[in-house]
Amino acid sequence: MRRVVVTGIGVIAPGGVGREEFWNRIVDGKPAVRRITAFDPSPFRSQIAAEVDFDPAARGLTPREVRRMDRFTQLAVACADEALADSGLDLGAADPERAGVSLGSAVGATITLEEEYVVASDRGRDWEVDHRHLKPFLYQALVPSSAAAELAVRYGAHGPAAVVSTGCTSGIDAIGRAYRLVQDGEADMMITGASDAPISPITVACFDAIRATSPGNGEPEAASRPFDAGRKGFVLGEGAAVLVVEELEHARRRGARVYCEITGYAARANGFHMTGLRPDGHELGEAIGDALGQAALNPEDIGYISAHGSGTRQNDLHETSAYKRSLGDHARRVPISSIKSVIGHSLGAIGSIEMAACALVLQRGVVPPTANLTVPDPECDLDYTPLVAREVSARHALSAGSGFGGFQSAMIFSEPGAVR
Amino acid sequence: MSDRRAVITGIGVVAPTGIGVAEHWEESLTGRSRIGPVTSFDATGAPIGLAGEVTGFDEREFVDSRLLVQTDRWTWFALAATELALADAALDPAREDPFDLSVVTAGASGGNAFGQREIQALWSKGPRAVSAYQSIGWFYAASSGQLSIKHQLKGACGVVVADAAGAIDALAEAARLIRRGTEVVVTGGTEAPLSPYALACQAGEATAGRGGDPATAYRPFAPGAGGHVPGEGGAMLIVEDRNSALGRCAPTVYAEIAGTASTHDAHHVSDPAPGHRQYARAMREAISRAGLGPEDVGVVFADGAGDPVRDAQEVAALREVFGGRRVPVTVPKTMTGRLCSGGAALDVAWAALSLAGGVIPPTVGTDGTAAVEGLDLVTEARAVDGLSAALVVARGSGGFNSAAVLTAA
Repeated sequence: MRRVVVTGIGVIAPGGVGREEFWNRIVDGKPAVRRITAFDPSPFRSQIAAEVDFDPAARGLTPREVRRMDRFTQLAVACADEALADSGLDLGAADPERAGVSLGSAVGATITLEEEYVVASDRGRDWEVDHRHLKPFLYQALVPSSAAAELAVRYGAHGPAAVVSTGCTSGIDAIGRAYRLVQDGEADMMITGASDAPISPITVACFDAIRATSPGNGEPEAASRPFDAGRKGFVLGEGAAVLVVEELEHARRRGARVYCEITGYAARANGFHMTGLRPDGHELGEAIGDALGQAALNPEDIGYISAHGSGTRQNDLHETSAYKRSLGDHARRVPISSIKSVIGHSLGAIGSIEMAACALVLQRGVVPPTANLTVPDPECDLDYTPLVAREVSARHALSAGSGFGGFQSAMIFSEPGAVR
Repeated sequence: MSDRRAVITGIGVVAPTGIGVAEHWEESLTGRSRIGPVTSFDATGAPIGLAGEVTGFDEREFVDSRLLVQTDRWTWFALAATELALADAALDPAREDPFDLSVVTAGASGGNAFGQREIQALWSKGPRAVSAYQSIGWFYAASSGQLSIKHQLKGACGVVVADAAGAIDALAEAARLIRRGTEVVVTGGTEAPLSPYALACQAGEATAGRGGDPATAYRPFAPGAGGHVPGEGGAMLIVEDRNSALGRCAPTVYAEIAGTASTHDAHHVSDPAPGHRQYARAMREAISRAGLGPEDVGVVFADGAGDPVRDAQEVAALREVFGGRRVPVTVPKTMTGRLCSGGAALDVAWAALSLAGGVIPPTVGTDGTAAVEGLDLVTEARAVDGLSAALVVARGSGGFNSAAVLTAA
């Protein structure tokens, strides 16, 4: 089986635009949650979010590109620029027919879709919209694969390209798709990751309607509290992460710096409920077990877990059970943390951002903390690395994702040379 | 695991050509266009007045009332097509290990009418008017999620988006899962992009839908072709390992998924590429991964964009791959319009039916003699002896090219 490694990382997250700023932010454990500034949030139950202060011009996007691209595409492009520069990969010098794109997104161009509809429908008055008020090329907003096309065009990548849209596991699943395409020999290099920019009135309203998001408007920075007894729901976020992944020999030949190797990826569905989770964590546990098997690892080999840790009671119990099921006693010893307490839950993007964090944990030997975990939920009795970062010598990091549709995904990154 | 081979054993269709595989196939062979004026809302003044609508579909036959309010028409199509496909395959998921079953759909536009209704409610009535189901009804994973829950498909589930090419990528993913050990994968794509806002978004794309004679509005490869007409619906397929299918005496093994490939033009996000190089490469790679040569392919289910530049590109790509040989080419979606990501799923269904039945469904709306010189465009249902391999190709807006080779089982 061909082996697949990560050679470049680009991240844009709330409070951390760029890989190093992002890393510093999550290690500091300083939440980047605030009252929403993107629009007036006062009519909503949850009025807070983890917003990205992103200046597309400062990241080299032209005014034309900014007009053409939805915010989620802008974030993806800016991250991909950073990841490619970081990897030192010159697609022009490599074989561009062997380079593909696999980008995750849960909700695609939802901001553009809403904004344009509001204009064309006279602020929601008309069912039959007046298309003359719409932006040209709005089809690109309707169909989220346009973001994968933007990346393929920007870098001249002629290999397989697609968007993966499995809701909140999109970020792991998109990297999983890239991993398999390289394993199977359909590509040697993949630009992969995920992006979401869901902070829009309709998205805030839809999570309000099911009371999934935190109403902790009085103290935004304390609102995202994974595994804490005082949690009241997740905090919406936005952002993106893009990785450059390559076939191991391809990376070696060009003398690339290797962050880590992708050694396992598995997905399962709970077949239970679109938004509900059973507390037993069975399916997520199965996915983790499968990923461990692919990596030929024992539970004791896992030195860090990047938790889904969304800060909803049902998730935190589900996830805690899944780790106990799949890792046995080691679940109590391994450091676990959720960076969602700092950067919120950016739906499909978060899985890729958390994979980027795993790669950096392996490289730097530091586990970012779970901020706001001051009063642990007694039912969540694992080591969630509360409040303060910790040094570790992890050789293998596991990340878990769980999302609407009942989808559960797990991925393992391993230190270079730690396998076989 | 390399000896595992993915075959199609069930087909479920919900399309303008019919509901269920039998009706769809029979209607397809008559060569009657199902494109007509939009009837689902008052489309006077809408940029697109012509479309291929699914008619005679009663969602209540397939979706219980509790689920109806949680889902969009696009998911109703997926639920119905999957139920029909499972029945066609005589497969009862309840008798299988749920972790051996997966679903991979292609999606591209999500729950259009659902999303429009909820955004309208928010802006005209306020946040409290927004449905509790907006968070699960509109997003692109809604159909895969609901299918997973309904049929207990608890293996790896996926959603692939590559505009109109996505259903071939989903098929490729299904074949990959089968090779890696999954027993059954439900795959395909459905779309319902004919609600007012979704149609308005397509104003610059589906240019032949503006009006004119419905019978000839969408006529790929014809001189003066003016673009395409949108449509709704799609198909779901049951894919399983060949030996398992034979072992359980599956009633029909339609075809094997022998090879797939995807490339990207990487030229421009909306303009067509200046050449056909990457499109031809997708075709060649799919044929070679199937272990075949171009001479083995008996029919091509073409993309048939219906605009002169992309049609010329497709003809050039076919010439590059097939040389001087006039391989039969058909675009049966001229009967339905282009169904966004549902279209390629329907093309795969047509190709599988062709291989199983030895008949090529026709291209309508264009006179074969008027079409591009040198192209053997099948304009009437054509029986073919010894049809053993079909090439299905699709292109998505933005430069996506995907190809699949199906072989007779």
